[in-house]
Amino acid sequence: MIPTRVSHNPIIGPGVVPFGVDPAYDAQYKLNQAPRSHVASHGQGKPFTVEPGPHQRTQYPYVTGTTVLGCKYKDGVMIACDTLCCYGSTKRYKSVERIKKVNSSTIISFTGELSDFHYIVSLLEELDTTDYCEDDGSELAPWEIHSYLCRVMYNRRNKFDPLWNSLVVAGVKHGRTFLGTVGMIGQHYEDSHLAAGFGNHMARPLFREKHTDDMSEEDARKLMEDCLRACLMRDKTMMNKFQIAKVTAGGLEISEPFQVPMNWGYEKFKDPTKHAVGAW
Amino acid sequence: MPHDGSGPTTRANWSPYDNNGGTVLAVAGEDYVVCAADTRMSTGYNILTRDYKKIDQMSDKCVLASAGFMADAVTLKKTLKARCTTYEFQNDKPMGCVSFAQMLSNTLYYRRFFPYYTFNIVAGLDAEGKGAVFTYDAVGSYERTNYSCQGSGQGLIMPVLDNQLKTVSPLVLPAQSSATPLSESEAVDLVKDCFATAGERDIYTGDTVEIWIINKDGVRKEYQELKLD
Repeated sequence: MIPTRVSHNPIIGPGVVPFGVDPAYDAQYKLNQAPRSHVASHGQGKPFTVEPGPHQRTQYPYVTGTTVLGCKYKDGVMIACDTLCCYGSTKRYKSVERIKKVNSSTIISFTGELSDFHYIVSLLEELDTTDYCEDDGSELAPWEIHSYLCRVMYNRRNKFDPLWNSLVVAGVKHGRTFLGTVGMIGQHYEDSHLAAGFGNHMARPLFREKHTDDMSEEDARKLMEDCLRACLMRDKTMMNKFQIAKVTAGGLEISEPFQVPMNWGYEKFKDPTKHAVGAW
Repeated sequence: MPHDGSGPTTRANWSPYDNNGGTVLAVAGEDYVVCAADTRMSTGYNILTRDYKKIDQMSDKCVLASAGFMADAVTLKKTLKARCTTYEFQNDKPMGCVSFAQMLSNTLYYRRFFPYYTFNIVAGLDAEGKGAVFTYDAVGSYERTNYSCQGSGQGLIMPVLDNQLKTVSPLVLPAQSSATPLSESEAVDLVKDCFATAGERDIYTGDTVEIWIINKDGVRKEYQELKLD
Protein backbone atom coordinates (compact mmCIF):
# COMPACT_ATOMS: atom_id res chain seq x y z
CA MET A 1 0.00 0.00 0.00
CA ILE A 2 1.32 3.46 -0.83
CA PRO A 3 1.78 5.38 2.43
CA THR A 4 -0.43 8.45 2.53
CA ARG A 5 -0.05 11.56 4.59
CA VAL A 6 -2.88 11.09 7.05
CA SER A 7 -3.53 12.63 10.42
CA HIS A 8 -3.44 9.35 12.34
CA ASN A 9 0.04 8.58 11.10
CA PRO A 10 2.00 8.38 14.37
CA ILE A 11 4.65 10.70 12.96
CA ILE A 12 2.26 13.45 12.08
CA GLY A 13 -0.01 13.14 15.11
CA PRO A 14 -3.73 13.70 15.33
CA GLY A 15 -4.85 17.06 14.01
CA VAL A 16 -1.46 18.77 14.06
CA VAL A 17 1.96 18.50 12.44
CA PRO A 18 4.56 18.57 15.22
CA PHE A 19 7.70 20.56 14.65
CA GLY A 20 10.57 18.51 13.27
CA VAL A 21 8.82 15.73 11.39
CA ASP A 22 8.44 17.56 8.11
CA PRO A 23 11.29 20.02 7.37
CA ALA A 24 9.51 21.49 4.36
CA TYR A 25 6.44 22.22 6.41
CA ASP A 26 8.51 23.68 9.24
CA ALA A 27 10.41 25.98 6.91
CA GLN A 28 7.24 27.39 5.48
CA TYR A 29 5.52 27.51 8.84
CA LYS A 30 8.43 29.57 10.10
CA LEU A 31 7.78 32.15 7.40
CA ASN A 32 4.22 32.22 8.72
CA GLN A 33 3.08 30.81 5.46
CA ALA A 34 1.26 27.65 4.76
CA PRO A 35 2.66 25.37 2.06
CA ARG A 36 2.12 27.01 -1.34
CA SER A 37 1.17 23.90 -3.23
CA HIS A 38 -1.97 23.54 -1.21
CA VAL A 39 -4.08 22.38 -4.10
CA ALA A 40 -3.40 18.84 -5.16
CA SER A 41 -3.50 17.68 -8.78
CA HIS A 42 -7.08 16.50 -8.37
CA GLY A 43 -8.08 20.08 -7.65
CA GLN A 44 -8.92 19.61 -3.98
CA GLY A 45 -7.00 20.87 -0.97
CA LYS A 46 -4.36 18.59 0.50
CA PRO A 47 -4.66 17.67 4.14
CA PHE A 48 -2.85 20.09 6.49
CA THR A 49 -2.61 22.85 3.92
CA VAL A 50 -4.44 26.13 3.72
CA GLU A 51 -4.39 29.09 1.34
CA PRO A 52 -0.96 30.73 1.23
CA GLY A 53 -0.70 33.85 3.36
CA PRO A 54 -0.30 34.82 6.98
CA HIS A 55 -1.19 32.02 9.36
CA GLN A 56 -4.45 32.73 11.14
CA ARG A 57 -6.09 31.04 14.06
CA THR A 58 -9.76 30.84 14.82
CA GLN A 59 -10.54 33.74 17.14
CA TYR A 60 -14.26 33.07 17.26
CA PRO A 61 -16.66 30.83 15.43
CA TYR A 62 -18.57 32.07 12.40
CA VAL A 63 -21.22 29.53 11.48
CA THR A 64 -22.43 27.68 14.53
CA GLY A 65 -24.74 24.90 15.50
CA THR A 66 -26.30 24.86 18.96
CA THR A 67 -27.55 22.20 21.41
CA VAL A 68 -27.00 18.47 20.93
CA LEU A 69 -28.68 16.05 23.34
CA GLY A 70 -27.92 12.42 23.94
CA CYS A 71 -29.26 9.65 26.16
CA LYS A 72 -28.94 5.94 26.58
CA TYR A 73 -31.99 3.67 26.74
CA LYS A 74 -32.73 -0.01 27.06
CA ASP A 75 -31.60 -1.14 23.60
CA GLY A 76 -29.04 1.49 22.73
CA VAL A 77 -28.40 5.18 22.56
CA MET A 78 -29.97 8.16 20.81
CA ILE A 79 -28.81 11.68 20.05
CA ALA A 80 -30.86 14.62 18.86
CA CYS A 81 -30.29 18.10 17.47
CA ASP A 82 -31.89 20.60 15.15
CA THR A 83 -30.82 21.14 11.55
CA LEU A 84 -29.87 24.80 11.88
CA CYS A 85 -26.52 26.51 11.54
CA CYS A 86 -26.43 30.20 12.44
CA TYR A 87 -24.24 32.99 11.14
CA GLY A 88 -24.02 35.02 14.34
CA SER A 89 -27.67 35.37 15.27
CA THR A 90 -28.87 34.93 11.69
CA LYS A 91 -30.58 31.63 11.00
CA ARG A 92 -28.45 31.04 7.93
CA TYR A 93 -28.40 27.34 6.97
CA LYS A 94 -31.64 25.62 7.87
CA SER A 95 -31.20 22.10 6.53
CA VAL A 96 -27.82 20.99 7.73
CA GLU A 97 -27.55 17.37 8.78
CA ARG A 98 -25.64 17.89 12.00
CA ILE A 99 -25.43 14.21 12.88
CA LYS A 100 -22.88 12.20 10.94
CA LYS A 101 -22.39 8.49 10.65
CA VAL A 102 -18.75 7.60 11.39
CA ASN A 103 -18.88 3.86 10.86
CA SER A 104 -21.43 1.08 11.22
CA SER A 105 -21.66 1.48 15.00
CA THR A 106 -20.86 5.13 15.69
CA ILE A 107 -22.45 8.51 15.12
CA ILE A 108 -21.24 11.96 16.09
CA SER A 109 -22.79 15.39 16.32
CA PHE A 110 -21.51 18.83 17.23
CA THR A 111 -22.11 22.28 18.59
CA GLY A 112 -20.00 25.23 17.49
CA GLU A 113 -18.22 25.94 14.24
CA LEU A 114 -19.58 24.08 11.24
CA SER A 115 -16.38 24.21 9.19
CA ASP A 116 -14.30 22.82 12.03
CA PHE A 117 -16.79 19.98 12.25
CA HIS A 118 -16.33 19.29 8.54
CA TYR A 119 -12.60 19.10 9.17
CA ILE A 120 -13.15 16.65 12.03
CA VAL A 121 -15.36 14.54 9.80
CA SER A 122 -12.58 14.47 7.21
CA LEU A 123 -10.18 13.19 9.87
CA LEU A 124 -12.63 10.45 10.80
CA GLU A 125 -13.10 9.54 7.14
CA GLU A 126 -9.34 9.10 6.83
CA LEU A 127 -9.47 6.72 9.78
CA ASP A 128 -12.40 4.81 8.36
CA THR A 129 -10.67 4.53 4.98
CA THR A 130 -7.59 3.07 6.62
CA ASP A 131 -9.81 0.60 8.48
CA TYR A 132 -11.42 -0.38 5.20
CA CYS A 133 -8.06 -0.84 3.48
CA GLU A 134 -6.92 -3.18 6.24
CA ASP A 135 -9.72 -5.43 4.99
CA ASP A 136 -9.96 -7.39 8.22
CA GLY A 137 -13.58 -6.49 8.85
CA SER A 138 -12.82 -4.60 12.06
CA GLU A 139 -13.80 -1.03 12.71
CA LEU A 140 -13.04 1.40 15.46
CA ALA A 141 -15.41 1.19 18.41
CA PRO A 142 -17.33 4.29 19.54
CA TRP A 143 -15.11 4.71 22.62
CA GLU A 144 -12.04 4.52 20.40
CA ILE A 145 -13.43 7.24 18.14
CA HIS A 146 -14.15 9.28 21.27
CA SER A 147 -10.68 8.73 22.60
CA TYR A 148 -9.17 9.79 19.28
CA LEU A 149 -11.28 12.94 19.17
CA CYS A 150 -10.25 13.81 22.73
CA ARG A 151 -6.62 13.78 21.63
CA VAL A 152 -7.37 15.81 18.50
CA MET A 153 -9.22 18.50 20.45
CA TYR A 154 -6.61 18.61 23.20
CA ASN A 155 -3.69 18.77 20.76
CA ARG A 156 -5.27 21.64 18.87
CA ARG A 157 -5.87 23.44 22.15
CA ASN A 158 -2.20 22.95 22.96
CA LYS A 159 -1.34 24.64 19.65
CA PHE A 160 -3.56 27.58 20.65
CA ASP A 161 -5.52 26.81 17.50
CA PRO A 162 -8.61 25.08 18.81
CA LEU A 163 -11.33 23.36 16.86
CA TRP A 164 -14.34 25.41 18.00
CA ASN A 165 -16.68 22.54 18.78
CA SER A 166 -18.19 20.35 21.42
CA LEU A 167 -18.70 16.88 20.05
CA VAL A 168 -21.07 14.14 21.09
CA VAL A 169 -20.12 10.56 20.23
CA ALA A 170 -22.62 7.71 20.50
CA GLY A 171 -22.59 4.07 19.58
CA VAL A 172 -23.03 0.43 20.49
CA LYS A 173 -20.43 -2.25 20.05
CA HIS A 174 -19.65 -5.61 21.65
CA GLY A 175 -22.80 -5.21 23.76
CA ARG A 176 -21.56 -1.98 25.27
CA THR A 177 -23.51 1.23 24.86
CA PHE A 178 -21.37 4.32 24.67
CA LEU A 179 -22.26 7.99 25.00
CA GLY A 180 -19.52 10.54 25.42
CA THR A 181 -18.68 14.15 24.73
CA VAL A 182 -15.55 16.22 24.24
CA GLY A 183 -15.23 20.00 24.35
CA MET A 184 -13.14 22.62 22.60
CA ILE A 185 -10.20 22.39 25.00
CA GLY A 186 -10.31 18.63 25.38
CA GLN A 187 -12.46 18.27 28.48
CA HIS A 188 -14.49 15.09 28.11
CA TYR A 189 -16.76 12.66 29.91
CA GLU A 190 -19.11 9.75 29.47
CA ASP A 191 -22.53 9.66 31.01
CA SER A 192 -25.91 8.00 30.52
CA HIS A 193 -27.34 11.30 29.33
CA LEU A 194 -25.61 14.45 28.22
CA ALA A 195 -25.98 17.75 26.44
CA ALA A 196 -23.58 19.96 24.56
CA GLY A 197 -24.10 23.70 24.38
CA PHE A 198 -27.17 25.48 25.75
CA GLY A 199 -28.83 22.13 26.46
CA ASN A 200 -26.58 21.85 29.48
CA HIS A 201 -28.77 24.45 31.15
CA MET A 202 -32.18 23.56 29.70
CA ALA A 203 -32.24 19.83 29.05
CA ARG A 204 -30.02 18.17 31.63
CA PRO A 205 -32.27 19.03 34.58
CA LEU A 206 -35.09 17.25 32.74
CA PHE A 207 -32.87 14.26 32.03
CA ARG A 208 -31.80 14.12 35.66
CA GLU A 209 -35.42 14.10 36.74
CA LYS A 210 -36.79 11.53 34.31
CA HIS A 211 -34.05 9.53 32.66
CA THR A 212 -33.20 5.92 33.48
CA ASP A 213 -30.84 3.62 31.62
CA ASP A 214 -33.49 0.94 31.20
CA MET A 215 -36.24 3.11 29.75
CA SER A 216 -37.94 1.93 26.57
CA GLU A 217 -37.29 3.52 23.20
CA GLU A 218 -40.71 5.26 23.15
CA ASP A 219 -40.14 6.72 26.62
CA ALA A 220 -36.64 7.87 25.70
CA ARG A 221 -37.90 9.42 22.50
CA LYS A 222 -40.69 11.21 24.32
CA LEU A 223 -38.27 12.53 26.93
CA MET A 224 -35.91 13.61 24.19
CA GLU A 225 -38.69 15.55 22.46
CA ASP A 226 -39.60 17.22 25.77
CA CYS A 227 -36.00 18.27 26.17
CA LEU A 228 -35.82 19.54 22.59
CA ARG A 229 -38.97 21.56 23.19
CA ALA A 230 -37.53 23.07 26.37
CA CYS A 231 -34.39 24.09 24.48
CA LEU A 232 -36.30 25.29 21.44
CA MET A 233 -38.55 27.62 23.42
CA ARG A 234 -35.68 29.35 25.21
CA ASP A 235 -32.81 29.25 22.71
CA LYS A 236 -33.24 31.76 19.91
CA THR A 237 -30.64 30.00 17.80
CA MET A 238 -32.72 26.84 17.60
CA MET A 239 -35.27 25.89 15.04
CA ASN A 240 -38.24 23.54 15.07
CA LYS A 241 -36.71 21.04 12.68
CA PHE A 242 -34.99 18.18 14.42
CA GLN A 243 -33.32 14.90 13.74
CA ILE A 244 -32.95 12.03 16.15
CA ALA A 245 -30.38 9.36 15.47
CA LYS A 246 -30.27 6.07 17.29
CA VAL A 247 -27.75 3.28 17.49
CA THR A 248 -28.66 -0.20 18.67
CA ALA A 249 -26.94 -3.55 18.44
CA GLY A 250 -28.93 -4.01 15.22
CA GLY A 251 -27.57 -0.94 13.50
CA LEU A 252 -27.79 2.78 13.12
CA GLU A 253 -30.52 5.08 11.95
CA ILE A 254 -30.69 8.85 11.41
CA SER A 255 -34.29 10.00 11.23
CA GLU A 256 -35.88 12.29 8.69
CA PRO A 257 -36.33 15.85 9.99
CA PHE A 258 -39.47 16.36 12.10
CA GLN A 259 -41.13 19.01 14.25
CA VAL A 260 -42.14 18.93 17.89
CA PRO A 261 -45.54 20.40 18.88
CA MET A 262 -45.08 23.76 20.52
CA ASN A 263 -47.45 26.10 22.33
CA TRP A 264 -46.93 29.71 23.33
CA GLY A 265 -50.49 30.15 24.59
CA TYR A 266 -49.87 29.27 28.24
CA GLU A 267 -51.59 31.55 30.73
CA LYS A 268 -48.37 32.50 32.45
CA PHE A 269 -46.80 33.56 29.14
CA LYS A 270 -49.53 36.16 28.62
CA ASP A 271 -48.49 38.24 31.61
CA PRO A 272 -45.11 36.86 32.60
CA THR A 273 -44.46 39.43 35.33
CA LYS A 274 -47.82 38.97 37.06
CA HIS A 275 -46.46 36.68 39.77
CA ALA A 276 -42.92 38.07 39.80
CA VAL A 277 -42.94 40.96 42.24
CA GLY A 278 -40.43 43.62 41.29
CA ALA A 279 -40.16 42.56 37.66
CA TRP A 280 -41.32 44.81 34.84
CA MET B 1 -0.44 43.05 8.25
CA PRO B 2 3.33 42.78 8.79
CA HIS B 3 4.38 39.77 10.80
CA ASP B 4 7.58 41.20 12.26
CA GLY B 5 5.97 41.97 15.59
CA SER B 6 5.18 45.60 14.76
CA GLY B 7 1.51 45.04 14.03
CA PRO B 8 -1.23 44.91 16.60
CA THR B 9 -1.27 41.78 18.67
CA THR B 10 -4.53 39.92 18.83
CA ARG B 11 -5.15 37.63 21.72
CA ALA B 12 -7.43 34.65 21.79
CA ASN B 13 -10.77 35.30 23.46
CA TRP B 14 -10.84 31.78 24.82
CA SER B 15 -8.96 30.14 27.61
CA PRO B 16 -6.97 26.95 27.24
CA TYR B 17 -7.87 26.19 30.85
CA ASP B 18 -11.02 25.41 32.76
CA ASN B 19 -11.46 24.59 36.41
CA ASN B 20 -13.47 21.42 36.70
CA GLY B 21 -13.35 21.51 40.51
CA GLY B 22 -13.15 18.56 42.83
CA THR B 23 -11.29 17.77 46.01
CA VAL B 24 -8.54 15.22 46.57
CA LEU B 25 -7.16 14.15 49.92
CA ALA B 26 -4.68 11.66 51.34
CA VAL B 27 -3.64 10.51 54.81
CA ALA B 28 -0.58 8.40 55.54
CA GLY B 29 -0.41 6.00 58.45
CA GLU B 30 2.42 3.86 59.77
CA ASP B 31 1.56 0.91 57.49
CA TYR B 32 -1.25 2.19 55.27
CA VAL B 33 -2.27 5.14 53.18
CA VAL B 34 -5.75 6.44 52.44
CA CYS B 35 -6.41 8.46 49.30
CA ALA B 36 -9.82 9.94 48.54
CA ALA B 37 -11.52 12.14 45.96
CA ASP B 38 -15.04 13.15 45.11
CA THR B 39 -16.42 12.18 41.70
CA ARG B 40 -18.05 15.43 40.62
CA MET B 41 -16.93 17.23 37.47
CA SER B 42 -18.18 20.78 37.08
CA THR B 43 -17.68 23.85 34.96
CA GLY B 44 -18.92 27.17 36.30
CA TYR B 45 -22.32 26.49 37.86
CA ASN B 46 -22.90 23.36 35.76
CA ILE B 47 -22.33 19.82 36.90
CA LEU B 48 -21.07 17.97 33.83
CA THR B 49 -21.03 14.49 35.31
CA ARG B 50 -21.41 12.92 38.72
CA ASP B 51 -19.12 10.01 37.97
CA TYR B 52 -15.67 11.28 37.07
CA LYS B 53 -12.98 9.30 38.88
CA LYS B 54 -10.04 11.45 39.89
CA ILE B 55 -7.82 8.71 41.33
CA ASP B 56 -5.83 6.36 39.14
CA GLN B 57 -3.44 3.60 40.02
CA MET B 58 0.01 4.24 38.60
CA SER B 59 1.97 1.27 39.90
CA ASP B 60 1.13 -1.51 42.34
CA LYS B 61 1.53 0.56 45.50
CA CYS B 62 1.08 4.09 44.20
CA VAL B 63 -1.95 6.14 43.19
CA LEU B 64 -2.29 9.62 41.76
CA ALA B 65 -5.23 11.91 42.53
CA SER B 66 -5.72 15.09 40.48
CA ALA B 67 -8.17 17.97 40.74
CA GLY B 68 -8.20 21.03 38.50
CA PHE B 69 -8.54 20.93 34.70
CA MET B 70 -9.62 17.43 33.75
CA ALA B 71 -8.18 17.35 30.21
CA ASP B 72 -4.74 18.17 31.62
CA ALA B 73 -5.18 15.63 34.41
CA VAL B 74 -6.12 12.87 31.96
CA THR B 75 -3.20 13.69 29.69
CA LEU B 76 -0.79 13.81 32.61
CA LYS B 77 -2.01 10.46 33.90
CA LYS B 78 -1.76 8.87 30.45
CA THR B 79 1.84 10.05 30.12
CA LEU B 80 2.85 8.93 33.60
CA LYS B 81 1.08 5.59 33.31
CA ALA B 82 2.91 4.90 30.05
CA ARG B 83 6.24 5.76 31.70
CA CYS B 84 5.45 3.46 34.63
CA THR B 85 4.72 0.63 32.21
CA THR B 86 7.96 1.25 30.31
CA TYR B 87 9.84 1.35 33.61
CA GLU B 88 8.38 -1.98 34.63
CA PHE B 89 9.40 -3.58 31.33
CA GLN B 90 12.91 -2.21 31.53
CA ASN B 91 13.60 -2.86 35.21
CA ASP B 92 11.44 -5.92 35.83
CA LYS B 93 9.84 -4.30 38.89
CA PRO B 94 7.09 -1.73 39.37
CA MET B 95 8.09 1.87 39.91
CA GLY B 96 8.30 2.80 43.57
CA CYS B 97 6.17 5.48 45.10
CA VAL B 98 9.06 7.83 45.89
CA SER B 99 10.49 7.54 42.37
CA PHE B 100 7.07 8.16 40.92
CA ALA B 101 6.72 11.28 43.06
CA GLN B 102 9.97 12.68 41.66
CA MET B 103 8.92 11.81 38.11
CA LEU B 104 5.64 13.66 38.54
CA SER B 105 7.51 16.72 39.77
CA ASN B 106 9.84 16.62 36.74
CA THR B 107 6.91 16.15 34.37
CA LEU B 108 5.06 19.12 35.84
CA TYR B 109 8.13 21.34 35.78
CA TYR B 110 8.85 20.34 32.18
CA ARG B 111 5.69 22.28 31.37
CA ARG B 112 6.68 25.24 33.54
CA PHE B 113 5.66 27.82 30.93
CA PHE B 114 2.41 26.19 29.81
CA PRO B 115 1.57 24.29 32.97
CA TYR B 116 -0.73 21.38 33.49
CA TYR B 117 -3.49 23.03 35.53
CA THR B 118 -3.75 20.11 37.92
CA PHE B 119 -3.54 19.85 41.69
CA ASN B 120 -1.99 16.53 42.50
CA ILE B 121 -1.51 14.24 45.42
CA VAL B 122 0.51 11.05 45.19
CA ALA B 123 -0.27 8.40 47.79
CA GLY B 124 1.44 5.08 48.27
CA LEU B 125 3.66 2.90 50.37
CA ASP B 126 7.39 3.61 50.37
CA ALA B 127 10.18 1.01 50.27
CA GLU B 128 9.72 0.28 54.01
CA GLY B 129 5.98 -0.19 53.58
CA LYS B 130 5.25 3.05 55.38
CA GLY B 131 2.46 5.34 54.18
CA ALA B 132 3.66 8.20 51.99
CA VAL B 133 1.83 11.27 50.74
CA PHE B 134 3.34 13.75 48.31
CA THR B 135 1.69 17.06 47.66
CA TYR B 136 2.34 19.30 44.62
CA ASP B 137 1.64 22.63 43.08
CA ALA B 138 0.82 22.97 39.37
CA VAL B 139 4.44 23.51 38.31
CA GLY B 140 6.09 20.70 40.23
CA SER B 141 7.11 21.98 43.66
CA TYR B 142 6.50 19.08 45.97
CA GLU B 143 6.93 17.84 49.49
CA ARG B 144 6.47 14.58 51.34
CA THR B 145 3.92 14.99 54.12
CA ASN B 146 1.76 12.70 56.20
CA TYR B 147 -1.52 14.21 55.04
CA SER B 148 -2.65 16.65 52.40
CA CYS B 149 -5.72 18.03 50.66
CA GLN B 150 -5.96 19.82 47.34
CA GLY B 151 -8.58 21.20 44.98
CA SER B 152 -11.73 23.21 45.52
CA GLY B 153 -12.38 21.91 49.06
CA GLN B 154 -8.83 22.50 50.24
CA GLY B 155 -9.66 25.57 52.30
CA LEU B 156 -12.43 23.73 54.12
CA ILE B 157 -10.67 20.43 54.81
CA MET B 158 -7.04 21.35 55.39
CA PRO B 159 -7.64 23.14 58.75
CA VAL B 160 -9.52 20.09 60.02
CA LEU B 161 -6.68 17.80 59.03
CA ASP B 162 -4.19 20.15 60.68
CA ASN B 163 -6.24 20.03 63.84
CA GLN B 164 -6.74 16.27 63.87
CA LEU B 165 -3.49 14.95 62.43
CA LYS B 166 -0.70 17.39 63.21
CA THR B 167 2.17 15.39 64.67
CA VAL B 168 5.76 15.87 65.66
CA SER B 169 7.74 18.58 63.89
CA PRO B 170 10.31 17.20 61.47
CA LEU B 171 12.84 19.51 63.17
CA VAL B 172 12.67 17.69 66.50
CA LEU B 173 15.70 15.55 67.36
CA PRO B 174 15.95 12.63 67.58
CA ALA B 175 13.71 12.28 64.54
CA GLN B 176 10.30 10.78 65.20
CA SER B 177 7.77 9.25 62.83
CA SER B 178 5.43 11.85 61.38
CA ALA B 179 2.82 9.28 60.31
CA THR B 180 -0.59 9.80 61.80
CA PRO B 181 -1.26 7.77 64.96
CA LEU B 182 -4.79 6.99 63.77
CA SER B 183 -5.73 3.44 62.88
CA GLU B 184 -6.76 2.68 59.34
CA SER B 185 -10.50 2.62 60.05
CA GLU B 186 -10.28 5.83 62.08
CA ALA B 187 -8.49 7.50 59.17
CA VAL B 188 -11.16 6.34 56.72
CA ASP B 189 -13.88 7.72 59.02
CA LEU B 190 -12.07 11.04 59.24
CA VAL B 191 -11.81 11.20 55.45
CA LYS B 192 -15.53 10.49 55.07
CA ASP B 193 -16.38 13.21 57.58
CA CYS B 194 -14.12 15.68 55.80
CA PHE B 195 -15.86 15.11 52.49
CA ALA B 196 -19.35 15.22 53.97
CA THR B 197 -18.46 18.58 55.53
CA ALA B 198 -16.82 20.03 52.42
CA GLY B 199 -19.82 18.88 50.38
CA GLU B 200 -22.09 21.06 52.51
CA ARG B 201 -20.28 24.28 51.64
CA ASP B 202 -18.33 23.74 48.42
CA ILE B 203 -20.46 23.52 45.27
CA TYR B 204 -17.64 21.75 43.41
CA THR B 205 -17.48 18.87 45.89
CA GLY B 206 -20.23 16.26 46.00
CA ASP B 207 -21.94 13.19 44.51
CA THR B 208 -19.67 10.36 45.69
CA VAL B 209 -16.37 9.97 47.52
CA GLU B 210 -14.07 7.34 46.19
CA ILE B 211 -11.64 6.12 48.85
CA TRP B 212 -8.59 4.04 48.02
CA ILE B 213 -6.86 2.26 50.88
CA ILE B 214 -3.41 0.81 50.28
CA ASN B 215 -1.76 -1.46 52.86
CA LYS B 216 0.41 -4.56 52.89
CA ASP B 217 -2.53 -6.68 51.73
CA GLY B 218 -2.98 -4.64 48.58
CA VAL B 219 -5.36 -2.01 47.29
CA ARG B 220 -9.02 -1.75 48.23
CA LYS B 221 -11.72 0.78 47.44
CA GLU B 222 -14.68 2.17 49.36
CA TYR B 223 -17.41 4.50 48.24
CA GLN B 224 -19.60 6.89 50.18
CA GLU B 225 -22.52 8.87 48.85
CA LEU B 226 -22.43 12.63 49.20
CA LYS B 227 -25.14 15.19 48.65
CA LEU B 228 -26.07 15.74 45.01
CA ASP B 229 -26.84 19.47 45.31
